Amino acid sequence: MKFALIADEVRVSIDSDSDIVAARQKGRELAAQCGFPSTDLAVVATAISELARNIVRYAVRGEIILRLIDDNGRRGVEVVATDDGPGIPDVTLAMQDGYSTSGSLGLGLPGVRRLMDEFEISSDFGKGTTVTARKWKR
Amino acid sequence: MNDSRKLATATEPRLESTASLLRELVAHLRQQRAQLREEWARLITEAKLLTAMTKEEIFAEATSVYDNYVEALETGTYEALQAYARNLSERIIPRGVETHEVVGIVLLLRDVLARSLFAKYHEDFTKLNRILDAYEPAANRIAITVAVGFVQERERIIREQQEAIRELSTPVLQVRERLLILPIIGVIDPQRARQLTEQLLRGIRTNRAKVVVLDITGVPYIDSPVANHLVQTVEAARLLGATVIVTGLSPEIAQTLVNIGVDLGKMNTVGDLQGGIEEAERLLGYKVVLTRESAAEPA
Amino acid sequence: MQVPILKQGAYLIATVQSALTDEDLKQLRDTLVERVSVVRARGVIVDVTALDVIDSFATRTLRDVAHMIRLRGAETVIVGIQPEVAFSMVKLGLTLEGVATSLDLEEGLAYLDRKGKGPGHEVRTHR
Repeated sequence: MKFALIADEVRVSIDSDSDIVAARQKGRELAAQCGFPSTDLAVVATAISELARNIVRYAVRGEIILRLIDDNGRRGVEVVATDDGPGIPDVTLAMQDGYSTSGSLGLGLPGVRRLMDEFEISSDFGKGTTVTARKWKR
Repeated sequence: MNDSRKLATATEPRLESTASLLRELVAHLRQQRAQLREEWARLITEAKLLTAMTKEEIFAEATSVYDNYVEALETGTYEALQAYARNLSERIIPRGVETHEVVGIVLLLRDVLARSLFAKYHEDFTKLNRILDAYEPAANRIAITVAVGFVQERERIIREQQEAIRELSTPVLQVRERLLILPIIGVIDPQRARQLTEQLLRGIRTNRAKVVVLDITGVPYIDSPVANHLVQTVEAARLLGATVIVTGLSPEIAQTLVNIGVDLGKMNTVGDLQGGIEEAERLLGYKVVLTRESAAEPA
Repeated sequence: MQVPILKQGAYLIATVQSALTDEDLKQLRDTLVERVSVVRARGVIVDVTALDVIDSFATRTLRDVAHMIRLRGAETVIVGIQPEVAFSMVKLGLTLEGVATSLDLEEGLAYLDRKGKGPGHEVRTHR
């Protein structure tokens, strides 16, 4: 891990749409604990909701891992969404702002990247996808 | 192999003696506490440091710094000192104490203590040297800890003030019931753009505004990320149920908005602030009528 | 989590009271679309003040509600979107285009009243 962990990580397993709500509420609590302003609480919760939704929709089962992290005094929340689903055949394509601006469904990943400060994705076609996103406290 | 073993055996007793020397040193500083502390406070006043503080205050702080200093020497840990330095800085920065003063007093203390060591050990030159070898690195580390603590605290306060100034730089004015005006002057950087959005959206809710006139006559240019942010702000306001009218777009900003491919159907723009207010009043159902007296004036 | 739906005059008012799962949202959509013609409502208000997240699925469902209800001959207005929720929505690229929005219930009612006074049964978007 790149950053120091401030508290125990929280893991939420995702396999139905009610888990989406649970994951984003946990994330919100964690960010509040870290002292995030209210705008960013909604931002973090929304990003988690989108990531969890991708798991339910495309991979059926997976996990959201939430961490409070510290980078030399700068605090933040790290969200890891991981699944062993089919993977994304073309990550570059998935990161393009396709349908999401019209409000219909894309993977929602470009939107998540816009919401968060840092965003990393790795996907093995056939083996699963891991998205790591971070938001720093301002 | 041989060399490293030799080195190891050479350093071990030395490490041990450093610890015992520091112990001896700490005992000496504790014993001489009253006298050394007074000497230090006197030098601070003489050097015209901490002029913003009274003699009593200087003496009280000097006592705390002294005790923390000795403790750091004794334990070899700097957390307590660091916390104290932060706390001290928080108290003295608002009173105008400068960085050079803080660094100055810590260096003075280092010298006061070093002199007392000279006085105590001047007859045993070898011992004096060994004591100084143990003392100097620790003393330097303490000086750095205090100075860094002060500077960090100052930076934190400056950041807070910047935030406050930025907030003041974007006033949200209610000119009529349900109508807000945000006159923006100066460059909009990403941070200010974010703050502007928050103030605008919050202002809509607290004032129950239906129309907001965002006047950017005083903004010389914007880059594409900020332009995008502006468009998003207009959209977010719409989601709250308010209409945003943007006025005073310079040719340069119009160019930027066209370049990022802004959907003009979503942007309600009017040439100048006056036109914007008139449009807002029309949307709100106001009708502005000249009364007889003021109508007579120009004639 | 059931969303209570009240009939007030010619309007239906749905007040969301806590976080909704996708299933809850779909149920809300189906119930509203069905009831709007059963009670012959002219307008529907969905109050989302209590929602702290409106993500892509919720946005799509709310938009579908508005469009389906318009096809059934009534108007919909979404009220009470919180500032920070609105901010997250637009960052995500969700703008509820073509759907009317108002600050709160009171404003939503005023909006529907104004719409009702319009000539005949004119169908317009918010803009």
